Amino acid sequence: MEGELLAQQVLNGLTIGSMYALIALGYTMVYGILQLINFAHGEVFMVGSFAGLGVLLLVERIAPGAGLVPALILALLAAMAAAALLGMLVERLAYRPLRHSPRLSLLITALGLSIILQNLVMLLVGTEDRAYPDRFTEALQEGFDVGAVHVAWQQLLTLGVALAFMGALTWMVRRTRLGKAMRATAEDPITAGLMGIEADRIVALTFAMGSALAAVGGVLFGLNYSINFFIGTQAGLKAFIAAVLGGIGSLPGAVVGGLLLGLIEALGAGYVSGTWKDVFAFVILAVVLVFRPAGLLGRPVVEKV
Amino acid sequence: MRAMILRVLMVIVPLILPALLLALPQGEYQLDVAMTVLLYVALGVGLNVTVGLAGLLDLGYIAFFGLGAYATAILMHGGPAQAEALGGWTYWMAVPAAVAVAGFAGLLIGLPTLRLRGDYLAIVTLAFGQIAKLTENNWDALTNGPQGMEVAKPVLFGFELRAGWQLYYILLLFVWIILWSVRNVNKSSVGRAWVAIREDEIAAASSGVNVPRTKLLAFVMGAAIAGLVGSFFAVKQGFVSPPSFDFIETVTILAMVVLGGIGSLPGVVLGAAMLAALPELLRSLPDMLGLGGQFDVTPYRMLLYGTAMVLMMAWRPEGLLPDAHRRAELHPDASGEAPDGSGEVRA
Repeated sequence: MEGELLAQQVLNGLTIGSMYALIALGYTMVYGILQLINFAHGEVFMVGSFAGLGVLLLVERIAPGAGLVPALILALLAAMAAAALLGMLVERLAYRPLRHSPRLSLLITALGLSIILQNLVMLLVGTEDRAYPDRFTEALQEGFDVGAVHVAWQQLLTLGVALAFMGALTWMVRRTRLGKAMRATAEDPITAGLMGIEADRIVALTFAMGSALAAVGGVLFGLNYSINFFIGTQAGLKAFIAAVLGGIGSLPGAVVGGLLLGLIEALGAGYVSGTWKDVFAFVILAVVLVFRPAGLLGRPVVEKV
Repeated sequence: MRAMILRVLMVIVPLILPALLLALPQGEYQLDVAMTVLLYVALGVGLNVTVGLAGLLDLGYIAFFGLGAYATAILMHGGPAQAEALGGWTYWMAVPAAVAVAGFAGLLIGLPTLRLRGDYLAIVTLAFGQIAKLTENNWDALTNGPQGMEVAKPVLFGFELRAGWQLYYILLLFVWIILWSVRNVNKSSVGRAWVAIREDEIAAASSGVNVPRTKLLAFVMGAAIAGLVGSFFAVKQGFVSPPSFDFIETVTILAMVVLGGIGSLPGVVLGAAMLAALPELLRSLPDMLGLGGQFDVTPYRMLLYGTAMVLMMAWRPEGLLPDAHRRAELHPDASGEAPDGSGEVRA
């Protein structure tokens, strides 16, 4: 029994952890280039989750018998597109005009934006919990048993999709011209500009990609749990902790941090206490900040003068 | 001259306000609104020390307020079960304890965080706010969980102070103490160190300012002020429960500070008065216009605050009633020379 409980919790932890990782990537990408914590990122995740819900509801209305897989792919793509647009809009309207302002102004703007997004969604869809259509969630709750451990399709799907997108992002950043331009801009925006890389475009694309990944996390979240206008705050906070744990600015760090945080939370909830589950993440944040502020995989931060 | 008049107004008006308000119809209610405004002024001034004077974004501010309130409740009455060993303090003994508890919490949060970049403080304090609320909700033995705790009114020389105007004067006394101490600290060498840090941390450090310690002082002072106001809130409401200490309240107070003018004491007073009184004014607006009914602004309140923050940062980051020095910092081109001595990109 002991071993099975452990295996089940590890599986649950990796599932939620892969969602944290997807959101954490957005934080870390933006931070790598602008040294800005994009507070509105959690809300982009939430909007992406609702966009996915909207598409699935629309599919149910127009073509009630549509196949599960095409409908899910459509929802995923639409949510990614919506979130990418939102991310670019946020960057263009709120962050770009303030790029030369004191950091406090940027932080306050970011906070203001996340409050605006949250409340717009609340006014649009109301405060109650919403669930993705039963047809999708029920089909995904099935699965198979390995001994006493139940592996649900949705857990496999979440892990698979998340890992696929993380792989694609890593490939893009390491191997493509665009990725090279992003790394150059993160290293030194002025020099990169002298080499003909347009920093504004790279920043906009970074926001778009980070937001699209958050939307993937949002749709996966919606398939696993019910959603409301408030999910962005908690998920954003956890994902940020994951990014710090892994080392903010480091892409592999975000993935490792996300999975690790998911595991710690699931094991903590299973073996210590479910009520205090959320405290574990914060304790980890405090410990990392005190003993290793650069995170597990991050480079030590050297303040540039 | 203008400053003189302002100062006199700030003393006289609040002193005679209860008499004026109680003469109005629904006087008790009006006085209660005035107390709410004053409460937010006090909280705004405290947050302004952290955000405005030291330039640190504290998103767990309301948790310090909550700590002050809960500390007062628990010290006066003890917790529901195991914590009965506590309790039995008078209100006047509980007040300094509440301030100390909140300040000490600020020290614990600030010590590891303030060595790092400013952004971390925002997130860590946000997380602290969540933990505090979780604790208030779940630590039944100490806080009675979601049901909350009753708190008695303060007693002075054997008289129970329960009338609105009596509580009002306690609050006014607290507000004056807060304003007076913040003003004095800001005018001391500590205040000048804050300015130096805001403008350029490295230059400040090179000039012998102990940057982490000076930041920590601002953060702890803000937390302690929140604790003091919290201890008043507990007895004023006669009840403490977790929903009073939600993140939304931190946002509300921050919106007040931003609107009035970050770093400016008169600005914060104005911002707090505006935003605290606004929902009340809007509520009765349709009635005054003869349209009947009431306009409840509550669903749109947060949307307005968020929008106000974004717009103010884009167009008038110094706020409506700015501090002169602060305005110069934020508009380097207007005053001819940049206060940080550069027009360069700050990455």
